[in-house]
Amino acid sequence: MQVFPCPFCGPRNETEFHFAAEAGKVRPDTTQQIGDADWATYLHAQRNEKGTVREVWMHMTCAELFILERDSVTMDVLGSTALRKDAT
Amino acid sequence: MSGLRLESGGQIDRKRWLSFTFDGKAYSGFAGDTLASALLANGVRIVGRSFKYHRPRGVWSSWVDDPNAIMTVRLGDRELPNVSAATTLLEDGMELRAVNAWPNARYDVKGGLDLFHRFLGAGFYYKTFIWPDWHLFEPAIRKMAGLGPVNADVYDDYVSDQLNASCDTLVVGGGPAGLVAARTAAERGEAVWLVEDHASLGGSAAMLGHIDGTDHAAWVQAQEQAIEVADGRILKQTTAYGIYDHAMVGLLEKRGFAQPPRRYRLRAGRIIMATGALDRPITFGNNDLPGIMSLQGAADFMARYGVLPARKMIVMANNAAADQACAVLDQAGADLRHFAPSKTMSGFGSRGVEGVSIDGYKRTANAVLVSGGLTPLVHLWRHAGGKLDWCETRQAFLPGYGPKNMQAIGAANGTFEVDKAIAEGTAAGKGLSFERPSTSYTLTPLWPQPGSKGRQWIDFQHDVTLKDVEVAARENYVSVEHLKRYTTLGMAADQGKTANMAGLAAMATIQGRPIPEVGTTTFRPPFVPVPIEAFHGHHGKQLWHPVKRLPLEAEHRVMNGALREYGGWLRPGWYGNDDAELHIQAEALLARQTVALFDGSSLGKIAVMGPDAEAFVNFVYYNTIKTLKPGEMRYGLMLTERGIVKDDGVIARLGPDHFLISCSSSHTDSVRTHLEAWRQDGNDPDRIFIHDETQSWATLTVTGPRARDVVASLGLPLDIGAAALPHMTFQETQWNDHPLRIARVSFTGDLSFEISVPARQAPALWAVLHPSIKDHGGGLLGIEALSILRAEKGYIMIGKDTDGETMPHDLGFTVPRAKKTAAYLGDRSLHTAVANAPGRKQLVGLKVADGGAMIPTGAHIVLPGKSSSQGYVTSSYDSPYLGHPIALAIVTDGARRHGEAVEAWHDNRRLPVTICAPCVFDPTGEKLHA
Amino acid sequence: MGAYSAWSVFREGLRGGTGWKQAWRTPTPKKHYDVVIIGGGGHGLATAYYLTKNHNITNVAVIEKGWLGGGNTGRNTTVIRSNYFYPESAALYDLSVRLYEGLSRDLNYNVMFSQRGIALLGHSEHDMEILTRQYNAMRLNGIDAELLSAKQVQERAPILNFSENARHPIHGAVNQPRAGTGRHDAVAWGFARAADRAGVDIIQNCEVQDFIMEGGRCIGVATSKGDIKAGVVGAAVAGHSSVLAAKAGYDLPITSYCLQAFVSEPLKPILDTVVTSPAFGTYVSQSDKGGLVIGGGLDRVPSYGQRGNMPVQETVLAGLVEMMPALAKVKLLRHWGGIVDVTPDSSPIIGPSGVDGIFVNCGWGTGGFKAIPAGGYLLAHLLATGEHHEISKPFDRSRFETGRLVDESAASGIPH
Repeated sequence: MQVFPCPFCGPRNETEFHFAAEAGKVRPDTTQQIGDADWATYLHAQRNEKGTVREVWMHMTCAELFILERDSVTMDVLGSTALRKDAT
Repeated sequence: MSGLRLESGGQIDRKRWLSFTFDGKAYSGFAGDTLASALLANGVRIVGRSFKYHRPRGVWSSWVDDPNAIMTVRLGDRELPNVSAATTLLEDGMELRAVNAWPNARYDVKGGLDLFHRFLGAGFYYKTFIWPDWHLFEPAIRKMAGLGPVNADVYDDYVSDQLNASCDTLVVGGGPAGLVAARTAAERGEAVWLVEDHASLGGSAAMLGHIDGTDHAAWVQAQEQAIEVADGRILKQTTAYGIYDHAMVGLLEKRGFAQPPRRYRLRAGRIIMATGALDRPITFGNNDLPGIMSLQGAADFMARYGVLPARKMIVMANNAAADQACAVLDQAGADLRHFAPSKTMSGFGSRGVEGVSIDGYKRTANAVLVSGGLTPLVHLWRHAGGKLDWCETRQAFLPGYGPKNMQAIGAANGTFEVDKAIAEGTAAGKGLSFERPSTSYTLTPLWPQPGSKGRQWIDFQHDVTLKDVEVAARENYVSVEHLKRYTTLGMAADQGKTANMAGLAAMATIQGRPIPEVGTTTFRPPFVPVPIEAFHGHHGKQLWHPVKRLPLEAEHRVMNGALREYGGWLRPGWYGNDDAELHIQAEALLARQTVALFDGSSLGKIAVMGPDAEAFVNFVYYNTIKTLKPGEMRYGLMLTERGIVKDDGVIARLGPDHFLISCSSSHTDSVRTHLEAWRQDGNDPDRIFIHDETQSWATLTVTGPRARDVVASLGLPLDIGAAALPHMTFQETQWNDHPLRIARVSFTGDLSFEISVPARQAPALWAVLHPSIKDHGGGLLGIEALSILRAEKGYIMIGKDTDGETMPHDLGFTVPRAKKTAAYLGDRSLHTAVANAPGRKQLVGLKVADGGAMIPTGAHIVLPGKSSSQGYVTSSYDSPYLGHPIALAIVTDGARRHGEAVEAWHDNRRLPVTICAPCVFDPTGEKLHA
Repeated sequence: MGAYSAWSVFREGLRGGTGWKQAWRTPTPKKHYDVVIIGGGGHGLATAYYLTKNHNITNVAVIEKGWLGGGNTGRNTTVIRSNYFYPESAALYDLSVRLYEGLSRDLNYNVMFSQRGIALLGHSEHDMEILTRQYNAMRLNGIDAELLSAKQVQERAPILNFSENARHPIHGAVNQPRAGTGRHDAVAWGFARAADRAGVDIIQNCEVQDFIMEGGRCIGVATSKGDIKAGVVGAAVAGHSSVLAAKAGYDLPITSYCLQAFVSEPLKPILDTVVTSPAFGTYVSQSDKGGLVIGGGLDRVPSYGQRGNMPVQETVLAGLVEMMPALAKVKLLRHWGGIVDVTPDSSPIIGPSGVDGIFVNCGWGTGGFKAIPAGGYLLAHLLATGEHHEISKPFDRSRFETGRLVDESAASGIPH
């Protein structure tokens, strides 16, 4: 049972969280032409890194998204930040 | 009592006699005995049979390292399989039965298998039964395998407690080092938990006369009291079975035989591992004979239970720790004869050991105690990701580099001398790091000698011998994992606690490699076998995935509502007790003829508010929503970014900055999450707010030609006529001094009103509408009948009439794809090669020939005479109103194939059907707009 | 002479097993091979075997970082089945089942393929409709299938929960009689031994550190045992596919998760088929040795941590108790985890990697074991001919651009 730090609620059990996506993916402007390959990259590409990863998670009980940095091998949590800070 | 139970000594309660049986014979023991100590005390030598050769097995050791004494145990109505006799406390009236033996452990008919052992060695199954076919041999082999039987009884009260807990410091193991560590930490003010898997504290202290100049029992008691005074928590009979990510420790607390253990999920700030060490077997000829035992185990039997395995015993040990164990046995009056282990020695005896022949001399004894050196219990260290270092002096793997929040102390750390172990406990208790001290412990390495004669057991339960290891090496199964898997060494109930070191040492010797180079297999949790119930607990039966409940459940029950689970909600499928199909048909017909009342409270109601709400809703729906005016509603499809239809629903615009999304009952949670994700990712979350109001509102739907008359009975202060309240509009008002929302929206295709009130007002609303429905010749409508009505109209249910490939244009919703200019979720995916390609599965209706039978849902559509699937039937009903069967299907290029004759294929039978439009009720919409 | 038979077992029994030969050699890597396969798991070893058998290519090396069969091949729940919905999937997995059916004789190694059926339970009328759709799809795909009533399910697996207060009552099941379980290690060992005998060098404890490129084409691999040149390279490394892809410079739409499995203490026979219940989130079979082999869903957290995590243990094991309450008293003996490579549609990726000279076989997710013979067969075809076999075509990575995914859960609601 891992503990993830929700930036809003504090440390909580992993069962309260939902993995959303790898961080850093930006939705292309779909009012413009987008090639099949670029759209496929947006939909499906994964870095899937072994080691330090940055991911978007949702804390289901407060419904807030945030960025979680952790190690995908040791499972050490390196930190979390609210997503809204990045968005604005 | 048997002569082997001493008059004094041990921690048993000699005043409390307990009776039990083993293989049908009656015996007695004392409170505090384990099954194994009681059997030993009664002179029972053969307690079971080995897995493969059915060799007689005696008790090997006194605790978790005993692989031999495995029993089926019955107490009252409760019978548990594969109970470890060495770790289970005796209770009065227990009936013990040896596993894997018939009629009993002493005279097992399959004992004869042992004669064929030379043909059944490592790899036997892989090398034979290839021709003609494994299937011919497998049933007989399956019958022979397995330990004990499990009965089919379900014990309703066999339920495990599950507790969450946390502490600053967890000390695992209540021996001298652990006690001192726990005391020190507790006295420093840390919240300490000390867990000890035995029923009493002390560990190896029981084998010592004095500690710190105090009698050992008094010393242990003093530590226990001090820990409690300092508010430390002590859990006895509690085993730390595993350490998981983020220092989550699994603890199991035994609560007697009849109950499953209680399980704690303990989050510990730091962990001090004081788990002790086990004695290793010595590998020599016939070393599996009953009566050959672990020396430390025998001493432990004496110290804890006052039991001697026999009076006259041979001791063969190679290490300094043996002296202390021998002292315990000496003091108990045992007649010990010491012999140095030799390479050529071999046990002898017919039904148990009668002695050992050493260098050609036969030495007789009633038991043989062996000690091959101590192996620290480092399982938890490995669970937590710690490394192991090989110690040449101790000939053992010791905790090496480890997690920063974990320390190993005492024998678990290779510190076998009690004074040094206590010093480590003090240091660890204070949170100080320390170097492992030098040791006075010495031993003469004594590992299996490949090439030597006789059958030398390495895994007692699984019958893996030195020869098997040699065969594995010869065949190049030399990786320690290959060795384990090929020979099954270390895979028995004790998970290699006795076998692993000897096995890998044998492999090292055969290959001429150092032991650390061969390495160990993975130490996998759990440390001891754990009843599966311990992972289950009280959240069973109806509490397993609990259903959501309607505010009007009581009213539905009064009306004999057949409450079933639909999409996670408990909802009335139909009303009535007997023939369901009859009721469903009647409800559907009545709804079409007059009027019906349906509970739609489970429909999702998610508010989207704020200055950016309009743009947001327009973005998350396929359909254009921004043109919607306050007071209007619109049907919409929600897509995934892959362009797949995720949900459908009706969007109502309550105000310029206020929308209410009504989504499918079963999708509400995922829609809400989906909305939140997009709200926060790529939007300004301070300008959009999302609130799931589903549980706050109850909705009753009045549908049918006479619906308006029924609604009129509410006496609402507004005009509900077709002109004032047309289809796809709503109005908000007050009723009963509470808000009420009335919407012209229909899932039946008939004139319908959805009336929503705060959930607590639902009974009041029901109290008016239900009698009114009756007055107008109508009735109640369950989900099953509603499903017929909506299918008649060609209305889909997402997930039933769509699949994970369905895009909106497959359902006939083509306009936004072609014309919507604003960005929306899934837009680009609607223009990939596959989205544009012919051959997409599209929604259609199906007609059967006049008088034809209903098509089974799940039938596939095929061309006449062909067998290639072109889609499938997603909904199929007998329509009471239309008087014939109807069906919806998704069919390859179905939209342009209306009128084509195809076949519905089910279970190798074919039904002729004709593709038609999905909507067969009121295609012009007159009734809908009435 | 090293063929296995009842006779050889008898003969070796008489002479103390001294005549058994190595199952495979421990060769020193050569400087050059026609084909280098990265990954000595089931898929890699099967690829090597089928290269020798179907294409007569024997100058082949299999490079394994650890011990052969030590990845997911040795960590799964051993289920073999082809109860798939889409014809593309059915063709792929049934190729595998058919190869499994002859595998023990083919390899002269008993892989103990035990065809005791797999019953997929339905817990509501809606479930039964979906299962009917699945059943008919299987039949039309030419896969054996039976639609079972609740009573028939009870006859086959009386240990299931048929009580009135079961949270998910059993309405019926779809059964594939030819499905079953195999002895996972034996599959790896059998392929290894057969490939070795055909001349393949299996190089264990050898890690690929980099790819050797020349003019945009991969011409070999740099390993912990030195450079090895290759005519063509195949990669079959499951959960570590992304790590390898990053080294070589191609992208894979893969997320790695830990998938856990569980085994109980050995019991006398109590369950004679494989039972799967999506509602209870668990599936279970009983091995020939008597242990209940239990599996469930992925861990919640993407990871390369090859170990179990508590929440999923609770979900899976509690689900088992709900599904078969009499097993509450059975003890769990051990549990473990493997790293599985999950694609967006949970179907594998077989084909060109995107870098010239490298072909991949990956993305099997939770179901790689059952596909071992087919995965090897098809990758061997690609490596030998440079072209897709008809069966592997739909599983090319190009499907993520065309959108032509093969998503079994799309049609059946049933995960792979």
